[in-house]
Amino acid sequence: MAHPVGVVRWTGASRVGPPLLLVVVVALAAGPFVVAPQQLFGLVNLFAYVMLAVTWNLLAGYGGMVSVGQQASIGLGAYAVAYLAQTVGLNGFLALPVAAVMAGVVAVPVSFLAFRLVGGYFAIGTWVVAEVFRLLTVQWDAVGAGSGTSITSLSGYDRDVRLALTYWVALAAAAVVVVGSVLLVRSRFGLGLAAVRDDPVAAASTGVGVTTAKRVVFVLAAAGAGLAGGVLALGSLRVQPDSVYSVQWTAFMVFMVVIGGVGTIEGPIVGAVVFFVLQQTLAHYGATYLIVLGVVAIAMVLLAPRGLWGLLAGSRGTTLFPVGYRAVLGRRS
Amino acid sequence: MDLTNAVLQGVLLGGLYAIFATGLSLVFGVMRIVNLAHGDFATLAAFVALVLVTGVGLPVWATLLVVVPVLALLGYAVQRLLLQRALSPSPLPVLLVTFALSIVIQNGLLEVFSSDQNRLRLGRLDTASLHVGAFALGVYPLLVFVVAVLILAGLALFLSRTRTGRAMRATSDDREAAQLAGVDHRHVYGVATALAFATVAVAGVLSGAQTSFTPSSGPSLLIFAFEVVIIGGLGNLWGSLAGGIVLGVAQNVGAWVDPAQQVLAGHLVFLLVLALRPQGLFGRAVPA
Repeated sequence: MAHPVGVVRWTGASRVGPPLLLVVVVALAAGPFVVAPQQLFGLVNLFAYVMLAVTWNLLAGYGGMVSVGQQASIGLGAYAVAYLAQTVGLNGFLALPVAAVMAGVVAVPVSFLAFRLVGGYFAIGTWVVAEVFRLLTVQWDAVGAGSGTSITSLSGYDRDVRLALTYWVALAAAAVVVVGSVLLVRSRFGLGLAAVRDDPVAAASTGVGVTTAKRVVFVLAAAGAGLAGGVLALGSLRVQPDSVYSVQWTAFMVFMVVIGGVGTIEGPIVGAVVFFVLQQTLAHYGATYLIVLGVVAIAMVLLAPRGLWGLLAGSRGTTLFPVGYRAVLGRRS
Repeated sequence: MDLTNAVLQGVLLGGLYAIFATGLSLVFGVMRIVNLAHGDFATLAAFVALVLVTGVGLPVWATLLVVVPVLALLGYAVQRLLLQRALSPSPLPVLLVTFALSIVIQNGLLEVFSSDQNRLRLGRLDTASLHVGAFALGVYPLLVFVVAVLILAGLALFLSRTRTGRAMRATSDDREAAQLAGVDHRHVYGVATALAFATVAVAGVLSGAQTSFTPSSGPSLLIFAFEVVIIGGLGNLWGSLAGGIVLGVAQNVGAWVDPAQQVLAGHLVFLLVLALRPQGLFGRAVPA
């Protein structure tokens, strides 16, 4: 007798994710009332890390595109916020979504160049683009050329109010990026994207628009990195070309995603938190700290390629968000 | 410096860039992987040479006798112990491992040598020049160019005439068929990486005597090597020399216009080639 087989999207664990995310965001929103300003500033960086890790994972883990040049979008977002706030006179917080859109728009022509390369050469190609952005920025006097610029137009706010607003804006931006990536991955589009990553030829033969799918992800990831760059600029109120366009950001993204688990929704978030805690406690060791990060990343890739989330989720591939389907024996869907 | 001189210097610089590119190209050709720590191994070679010069008192040319075999062995080990384990149909693991390796090398060098500028001193050769008509060509850049041509010619001979070279090409064309014919692909991969690291060592030391270097010089060397590969055309040995010359000339002409534009000019020429002739100036059309 044939057993009925049902296909379910919502499993026990995936029922937990969305409400859990809501609870975490609401709890974090109380931050400015309970946490000291210095820690608030640190948490703004954590939210930026979450955005960076989630968007880099979209590129590498779902789109199969290893970019070493996301700092191009980070720098662009940071400079867009600084320029809009200082020179154009837009409110710094309102400049943030504009900066994300700008980073996304710029990524469209960049994608046409970068997509002529694949694999490792694509990686270095994106890096060259980021270097070109940096070299152009250091020659642009309106934004302070090589020495960068400060955002002073937010000084109308009381310091505590400004910090709280920055914190909430950063939290909201991170929540938008996380929820957006969950919705993207679970959509029909996300399914096509995973197919492209696993086998572009097979995906194309089943009717997936391979190049379009990759381009959409490339542009969205750029917008997300631009948003993160803008948040970092609002947090530090200072942009400097050699730091915002630094390839170090990519190193951080790689570490967060590899540690957490590439190609999962939860992994990059776990990785960002782990990275943040490590940085808070070990960053003063400087070069040694980065050596340890590198060695740990190599060990993870070779020994635990599914990352911390993969180890936690076990062989069942437990997921906190309903992004996949599970076949269930003995139950009709 | 007039324009003609800038172009001539650029041509000579192209030889050095071609050596950097050859290693990257060889590893990609045989294993279809890109080593993102390529430039950092060159910097590592330059620092080992620096220690041999300042600590042991060797002349710069003699450091090659030590640095080249050491890096070749290191290359074999890196391939067999790290990269072989990361090889998969997806380029992701190898890129992640080599990128992390790049971070480790840069920060390791930073710990030992600080972020100061260093240079390998050649003595009289640093300033010696040949006067040809109205032009003055540095003897050292000229020597480097000759070495580059010799390395490329040697590599071409190795790949076409030796048993190992043929095994390498066979593995590149069809790994499984080569295995059936008795080729141990892992050993071939190791030898290819060792060869690539040997060229990287030569390029790192030669470059360290031509311009100053710091622990974080690696990434820009990687980027130059990559630009040369793409400009010259993938999988084309002599294309690397042509690509190197194009990049060298672009950078020097950029510097002639304004010293701050040197690197940017090279990047822009690279992007132009990518936009207009993605198979490279001398490459065949890239297979799908």
